[in-house]
Amino acid sequence: MKEDVESAPILELADVRLSFAGVTAIDGVSFGVRPNELFAVIGPNGAGKTSIFNVISGVYRPQEGRVTFDGTDLLGRRPHEIASLGVARTFQNVELFANLTVLDNLMLGRHQQLRYGALAGMAWLGRARKAELAARLAVEDIIDFLELEQWRRHTVGLLPYGVQKRVELGRALAQEPKLLLLDEPVAGMNLEETEDMARYILDIREELGIPMILVEHDMGLVMDLADRVLVVDFGVPIALGAPTDIRTDPEVIRAYLGEAS
Amino acid sequence: MTALLERGGRRGRRPRGRPLLHTSYKQDMALLDTPGKRRWLSALLVIAVLAPFMLTDDILQLLAVGFVASIGAIGLNIVTGYAGQISLGHAFFLAIGAYTAAAVSGDPDGKVIGFGVTSILVWLPLAGLAAALAGVIVAPLATRLRGLYLAIVTLGLVFLGEHIFKEWDSLTGGPGVGRPSAVPELFGIRLDEAGAYSKEQKLYLLMLVMLVLFAVLARNLMRSRVGRAFAAVRDRDIAAAIIGVDLRRYKLLAFAISSFYAGVAGALMYTVAGYFDPGSFNLLLSVQFIAMILIGGVATVSGSIMGAMFITLLPRITRELPGVLPFISSESKDTPNVFQVETVLYGLLIIIFLILEPRGLFGIWTRIRNYWKAWPFSY
Repeated sequence: MKEDVESAPILELADVRLSFAGVTAIDGVSFGVRPNELFAVIGPNGAGKTSIFNVISGVYRPQEGRVTFDGTDLLGRRPHEIASLGVARTFQNVELFANLTVLDNLMLGRHQQLRYGALAGMAWLGRARKAELAARLAVEDIIDFLELEQWRRHTVGLLPYGVQKRVELGRALAQEPKLLLLDEPVAGMNLEETEDMARYILDIREELGIPMILVEHDMGLVMDLADRVLVVDFGVPIALGAPTDIRTDPEVIRAYLGEAS
Repeated sequence: MTALLERGGRRGRRPRGRPLLHTSYKQDMALLDTPGKRRWLSALLVIAVLAPFMLTDDILQLLAVGFVASIGAIGLNIVTGYAGQISLGHAFFLAIGAYTAAAVSGDPDGKVIGFGVTSILVWLPLAGLAAALAGVIVAPLATRLRGLYLAIVTLGLVFLGEHIFKEWDSLTGGPGVGRPSAVPELFGIRLDEAGAYSKEQKLYLLMLVMLVLFAVLARNLMRSRVGRAFAAVRDRDIAAAIIGVDLRRYKLLAFAISSFYAGVAGALMYTVAGYFDPGSFNLLLSVQFIAMILIGGVATVSGSIMGAMFITLLPRITRELPGVLPFISSESKDTPNVFQVETVLYGLLIIIFLILEPRGLFGIWTRIRNYWKAWPFSY
């Protein structure tokens, strides 16, 4: 881990400011995520955590600041372009394609990897067929990795919530991302499901070596998994550091517990 | 078991009674992935090919129109069923195809525009491309508008088109007059003139081949990355963009392909009757196509065909009504008449299917199939 600390960040946000008609959602947030780092963003409800994700993935366009990913400026790029650069994400409220099967959802994750056009698809000859077969093999690896075998053929909308969260993670992994954004991966899960998800996150890190940004309310999970933690409150960054330092930071305690009276 | 799997994988054969046991991804991804589907479809095709030698010409004519309508319905299902962009403008794209084909193949010395190129191989692709081009021009609206708003704008398209086609006498012959439809000629053989086989037999076979071709192309497209991207745009457009689907591009593609199908259907549809009037391309035609996909089954190719055949055969059934219910007249000047009953039925059927069987005839078929699959157990 020592050399990681020295290496250049893969994602860098510099002084990002985002406001909606006078309401400031993000107010001067700067941070960098290093390769193979598990970076966490925490903060009370409405602190702007998801807004940070939306800025990175191109859904929102900040008024000020810079977002650089892997040497490319992300600002002004549309979401699908950012996806093709290698940024994948999951959502706080599961955003799967509810009418499709688990398999199709995962295959959709490989949309960028498959490179053939509509006419080739219609003919379904050599190129398209071979590409689909290869994608299918890659997707099976993910099914195996996330233990989704029994759900493969099920329509996603009918699956239990915890499984849906896993499928969404699988779809992001199918993109072969260089950076993974996880928006509350264990929100609404029971203890067992949370532990499973934590294990998958650690596996992704160890086996696939993908840097991740984690937004999460489950403090136990964040403190156990994250290398560094950024705390935001009302869009303003109030602390950045190792989990052990964050825990004792007076500003953080004030934001979470309120002023001592 | 391992030996069995290996053998099955290599030869592509499966043990009896396990139609869903796939031993290779290739098998799993096949269009007809069970022996049952293969057997039934082959049987259906054999019957369809033999039909022209067994049925009367007027039934063949009806079926031929049904086949063409099926192509149009598949087209509408691509944009509305798969890609989720509600289009009421299908009649407009059908019209563009019909007039392009009629103009390209028309008599150069006739009263209306004609260039005299009668080969189907020329006018059919041109009709499709002209309609696809119109689709591409309309598509940017879909990237700005959603749901009901898009429906209203595409509705406007029908009225716009209806007006233009009624006024443009030199192309369309004007309302009440009309013009001859496209001249179907393939490898020097006129298909709309009786020869060794009757006109109906030849046209029926042409439409059958066209339907099979376009249905297979559509099925292939829908299991490809493009079809999945359509479904993604339909189900969750923001999530689709986040995983790398270019929304604008795929909405454009959906409209282009859908309109191509509509253009082809429009071009072929009136070759059966031989004549068509600019008044045909009205809202009712669009609604009929909506009815086809809703009754047949949204986002299914086979459902589109079932729905199109159903709606095409419906007038034939309502025409028999005056015999059973004497208060319904077969004259259009009386009320209530069979034509009114027909229009009411379209609406009623749409409502009934939406409430009782949203998956349409295809859904009913799946239910019957599943029942017999599990028989004699209830599940």
